[in-house]
Amino acid sequence: MLNTETMRPRGPIVIDIENITKHYVMGEETVHALRGVTLQIHRNEYLAIMGPSGSGKSTLMNMLGCLDTPSSGRYEFNGKDVSAMDDDELAAIRNREIGFVFQTFNLLPRATSLRNVELPLIYAGIDPVTRQERAAQTLRDVGLGERLLHKPNELSGGQRQRVAIARALVNNPSIILADEPTGNLDSKTGEEIMALLENLYQAGNTIILVTHEADIAHHARRTVHLRDGLIESDALSEATEIQTLAFT
Amino acid sequence: MRFREIITMAVISLGANKLRSALTMTGITIGVFSVISVMTAIGALQTSIESGISFLGSNIFQFAKYPANVNAGGRAQKKYENRHNISYRQALKYYELMEGNAREICLKSFDFKGQAVYNGMKTTPSLTVAGSNKSFLVANSYTLAYGRNINDEDVAFSRSVIVVGKAVEKRLFPHESPIGRTIKLNGHNFTIIGGMAEKGTAFGQSQDDICVIPITRFFENFGESNRTVNIATQSFSQELYNTTLDKGMGAMRIARGLRAEQENDFELYSNDSLKSAFESIAGVVRIGAFVISLIALVAAGIGIMNIMLVSVTERTKEIGIRKSIGARSRDILRQFLTEAVFISEAGGVLGIIFGVIGGDLLALWLKANLIFPFGWALAGLIVCSAIGIGFGFYPAYRAARLDPIDALRFE
Ligand SMILES: Nc1ncnc2c1ncn2[C@@H]1O[C@H](COP(=O)(O)OP(=O)(O)O)[C@@H](O)[C@H]1O
Ligand SMILES: [Mg+2]
Repeated sequence: MLNTETMRPRGPIVIDIENITKHYVMGEETVHALRGVTLQIHRNEYLAIMGPSGSGKSTLMNMLGCLDTPSSGRYEFNGKDVSAMDDDELAAIRNREIGFVFQTFNLLPRATSLRNVELPLIYAGIDPVTRQERAAQTLRDVGLGERLLHKPNELSGGQRQRVAIARALVNNPSIILADEPTGNLDSKTGEEIMALLENLYQAGNTIILVTHEADIAHHARRTVHLRDGLIESDALSEATEIQTLAFT
Repeated sequence: MRFREIITMAVISLGANKLRSALTMTGITIGVFSVISVMTAIGALQTSIESGISFLGSNIFQFAKYPANVNAGGRAQKKYENRHNISYRQALKYYELMEGNAREICLKSFDFKGQAVYNGMKTTPSLTVAGSNKSFLVANSYTLAYGRNINDEDVAFSRSVIVVGKAVEKRLFPHESPIGRTIKLNGHNFTIIGGMAEKGTAFGQSQDDICVIPITRFFENFGESNRTVNIATQSFSQELYNTTLDKGMGAMRIARGLRAEQENDFELYSNDSLKSAFESIAGVVRIGAFVISLIALVAAGIGIMNIMLVSVTERTKEIGIRKSIGARSRDILRQFLTEAVFISEAGGVLGIIFGVIGGDLLALWLKANLIFPFGWALAGLIVCSAIGIGFGFYPAYRAARLDPIDALRFE
């Protein structure tokens, strides 16, 4: 059987986690958010992490994005052991290698779109002129060329998410992590955002998408199902198979 | 991250809470203002004194019961109060001993405040009435504008004659010459024989609300028993000043009836002693201003710390966002520290500006030279930075230490 994934050259491994666990101690009780997750993600993949609410999707995503640290297990990012990294190295990875897109956008409310998108470049130490040019160009790329000087409260939900995506993209990260990016949007706007992610994927970006909606997940080429902190299944998604059928 | 970037961020964040930032700043402004204004005023007075304002006329020294700096308080105060007054008789004895050894010897009693009346018009009720002799004008740097001065005969016969200051003339005789007129001074008649030229104000007080009458007449009209006489002596020249002072000291001890082993029971005033008296008062005021502003600055620093802690809590989400896109802990630390230092410095700069203006206005009023206290201003800025860093560090450290995920989850 022919498969688009196999037709597309698989990139090197970006994310390699093995037996990752995460538990939270809350008084007497211990919540096991992740119970031992093993996963490899290659460059140029488009992966969806699915599962019911509370299954550990966000926990896993934050771990992959070096925002959170696992209770146990091994994590290598681009071949480097993340657990051995200090605060500065983690910050550098978040700044240069990872672009986060959140359900609630997480923009700075008092800053303009341009300023919000410039922020990662500021922390990367890029000079103001280059920075502004790149931020403006990235905003144009996501279709917000007319909204550079608007503040988040002057933008619609979809536009805010585009700003957030531009911010995630602006430093040319290795992967884009999107945690329920359409969760706060109506379905039409959600589809527009998904189309934008599809474009980014086609342009060669690596995308990891968290969602609990099958409609959203079918945009991805590979789907990992989580349940109670464990991987239940890891397979090429239906869309891919449909595409695959179309090719045969 | 670049310095300019950090400053921009601080300005934006502080601008978002203008009122709060301004109020926090005010504490620092008040603290800096109090120290800078006092230091400016004292500095201005000091340069004026050093550059030639004399308390006394040239080559003059003076003996009196109390020292210039009487508010010594406590036991010292008692010591002066228990002293006998310098009586007119003792003063005359001194006069006798010193006659021929000095150019002028001015005996005066001028602790009395009165009010002069003429034709229904009145002077201020706190007119300085000096009982003295012919040397009063020279000893106190007044000049005669018209008429004649008090002479030895006026004193010998305790005549009811009076030499008036400019303010008295202006109030009582706006349209006529005062010479020969009779005015009532606290119920006693005096004939005006002369008037003094205008002298202006010194240390905020008019020096023209004054009149001089023969010291003998002064005692007859206003009483002698509780009064002490001040004795000002002018040497013939600068060269003779010290010799004259030595002689004066001896004469004074004889006049006071002191035995060899007894210490002086009177005070010597010279320009030097007055300068050092001013210095010691200035020193006390300086320490006072210093302590007050230190307290104000510590209070203001605590205010900054409080506001920064509130700010860190309010902006937890922002900190989470910044960390999620690559801010290092030290970037966050610097950002919050800069905000604290910025508030403190801005408050400090305002305090310096207002303080210099306030201090110089005071100096202007006291007819002293204007100055800009560079040293104190610089010290102010350094202290403000220290306060910003000192009180801003803990909040900034808390911000920097926040866990990215916990901060992002914060609502
Ligand atoms: N900071 C935390 N403290 C305690 N429990 C947490 C924390 N974060 C997540 N959890 C728990 O871990 C489990 C997985 O959460 P999460 O990863 O957010 O799930 P999902 O994103 O799939 O809905 C849930 O039971 C949740 O309550
Ligand atoms: Mg979630």
